[in-house]
Amino acid sequence: MGLKEDVQNTLGELALDFLECQGDLSVTVPKDKIVEVLTKLRDNLGFNFLSDVFGVDNSVFYEKLAKAKAKKKKGEEDKEEEPQGPPPPRFEVVYLLLSLETNKRLAVKIQVPEDDLVVDSVTCLWKAADWPERETFDMFGIRFKGHHNLKRLLMWDEFPAHPLRKDYPLEGQGEERILEYND
Amino acid sequence: MEVRRPTIEDWDNPGDLVTINIGPSHPAMHGTLRVIAQTDGETIVSAEPEIGYLHRGVEKLGEHLTYHQFIPITDRLNYCSAIANNVSYEMAVEKLMGIKVPEKAQVIRMIMMELARIADHIVCIGILGVDLGAFTPFFYLFIQREEIYEIFEWYNGARLTNTFGRIGGVEADLPEDFEERWRKLLPNLKKAIDETDKLLTHNRIWMDRTIGVTAFSPEDALSWGFTGPCLRACGVKRDLRKDEPYCFYDQVDFEIPVGKHGDVFDRYIVRMIEMEESIKIIDQAIKIYKEFPPDAPLMAKVPKIIKPPVGEVYSAIEAPNGELGFWIKSDGSDKPYRIKIRPPCYMVYQAFPELVQGEMIADLIACLSSLNIIAGELDR
Amino acid sequence: MAFQAYGGEGWLLTKLEQLINWGRKRSPWPLPYGTACCGIEMMAALASGYDLARFGAERPSFSPRQADVLIQAGTITKKMVPIFKRIYDQMAEPKWVISMGACACSGGVFRTYSTLQGIDLVVPVDVYVPGCPPRPEGLIYALIKIMEKIEKDHPLRKKAAEIGIGG
Ligand code: SF4
Repeated sequence: MGLKEDVQNTLGELALDFLECQGDLSVTVPKDKIVEVLTKLRDNLGFNFLSDVFGVDNSVFYEKLAKAKAKKKKGEEDKEEEPQGPPPPRFEVVYLLLSLETNKRLAVKIQVPEDDLVVDSVTCLWKAADWPERETFDMFGIRFKGHHNLKRLLMWDEFPAHPLRKDYPLEGQGEERILEYND
Repeated sequence: MEVRRPTIEDWDNPGDLVTINIGPSHPAMHGTLRVIAQTDGETIVSAEPEIGYLHRGVEKLGEHLTYHQFIPITDRLNYCSAIANNVSYEMAVEKLMGIKVPEKAQVIRMIMMELARIADHIVCIGILGVDLGAFTPFFYLFIQREEIYEIFEWYNGARLTNTFGRIGGVEADLPEDFEERWRKLLPNLKKAIDETDKLLTHNRIWMDRTIGVTAFSPEDALSWGFTGPCLRACGVKRDLRKDEPYCFYDQVDFEIPVGKHGDVFDRYIVRMIEMEESIKIIDQAIKIYKEFPPDAPLMAKVPKIIKPPVGEVYSAIEAPNGELGFWIKSDGSDKPYRIKIRPPCYMVYQAFPELVQGEMIADLIACLSSLNIIAGELDR
Repeated sequence: MAFQAYGGEGWLLTKLEQLINWGRKRSPWPLPYGTACCGIEMMAALASGYDLARFGAERPSFSPRQADVLIQAGTITKKMVPIFKRIYDQMAEPKWVISMGACACSGGVFRTYSTLQGIDLVVPVDVYVPGCPPRPEGLIYALIKIMEKIEKDHPLRKKAAEIGIGG
């Protein structure tokens, strides 16, 4: 099982956490080092193709995990509450990489706290990050520093919210766009 | 081929440029695309596509539906080849749950996906012809497409939005005389492709309008995230069917056509050849299919309510347009926590400004149709 | 006097109305506005095999100003609403609207933040075609329904009422 070790060796300290699921490997890296990490992966490990970039809102996920944990605890025995750390960052940005030579795939993740929604743009490495980053901005409100044209992509410009956040209702909040003639 | 594109500095008088708006209600813009172009006479200096006119909130909707309920929604992504979307999504969920699909079901999926690929390419080439003023191939090809749709309809009752397959397999065996029907369709289909080939490929007007138009280099194409026929037209031999084989693609024998210049003509030729290769694949797949006993299982053991373990996977297949992937995150409940769709033409279309810069306005239309932008999967 | 005849139902005017209706009925020029999957089915209806031109819809008119029947095939999103409304406004009277597909009729499966829940919230609709997507036959049937509607129309009387003469 080489890929995990390879990534570990290449990134060293920068690899904070690994997650493996059904053969898919993803690695969490520090948020402000993302350009460095991706450059390293591209140049040393041959991950030369960017499939996609997108955001995930993890707020509900963490809530559910905590609930499940609490339930389990109650089922076993009533231990005293462990001291809780600060809540994990709410958002996540995922970069899907692909190596054209070995056909291996790797997901690189960074965690974005709600009070600091700025991430470095990777459009300098791959042009393909252009629209996906705009979409992430549109849907989650995460800003990408260094992006040349960070506007809304799918919703119209005046749209007030970020629809893929978990606290936004599926049926919307009554936003409308109406035709106005100027005269 | 060296591609040099003029930049905005090449124009002495930027004040003379005219801004024109094309679309979204324009016959060549497929109803929902819009391009704002700056032109100097007939030449495009810069173009900016605006998308989102068909953003229907599919990803958000996915978070509120169960895993099974989302299959019909995937039909509506690339509606020209709904089956490929269905299978891609099902494969992602199967991967998430670790289900192994019975082999017979895989063959059926393969046959259906290749049929869908032919139907998709027919739409693309037909529309490309119409947009360039060649109406006849559209009619020739669409007759055969109707026949393919009849096969789909006969199999599962829907022409366009098939909702093919289930998580863990397929819902029904192929009808008994499927092969007969395919044999009946085959000569007509081949003839239609041949006729289109005769009408277009060596046609002087067609060649003038397509050769060298919006050529693209392979490095650029990879950097922009191209996949599928558009990438192969640029000369990169990449096809997930060969590179990351799924179903039975490693057991059938087919060629991957590649172009040279990545222009409209190459994209057209790649699609034409791919149709023929698909026919070859179907023929071989039918042979594999016949080796299975009629009562071979079609569905893996799948619980009624699908509750995958916590985790996240990405799974992609080679849809007619390129790499169509689904990234699914599960939180252990019966609904996906987050679904991200990686549509192929989304990546292709974002390179549009670079593709059309320095070309004529009429070439913009040719380029757009040859990329086969399907608004449903572009905007989701 | 002449005005009275105009507003009433004189024999001559009734026949004239019939003539107008006959003319309109036989050549409803459609504006095919296909935005989504239904647009592909509409294309099938226009192509060989179903051939909508048999019913007088010979010339798909892509300019709204020369069209009689707006065939809305596919979803209208909220982002699209102003454009769609403007297209409708640009069409010259008399005009009819076919709403093809569940999405155009009611939003269909997409009950989400960005989809308009039925185009009848924006423009008046004459014929709804259910289905996701409807078959081409469905669209042909809708066109025939429009023809029936045109046949029963009273263009002159309507006009008279509009400018305020006659009954
Ligand atoms: S009604 Fe169905 S087929 Fe038609 S546009 Fe809507 S989703 Fe697509």
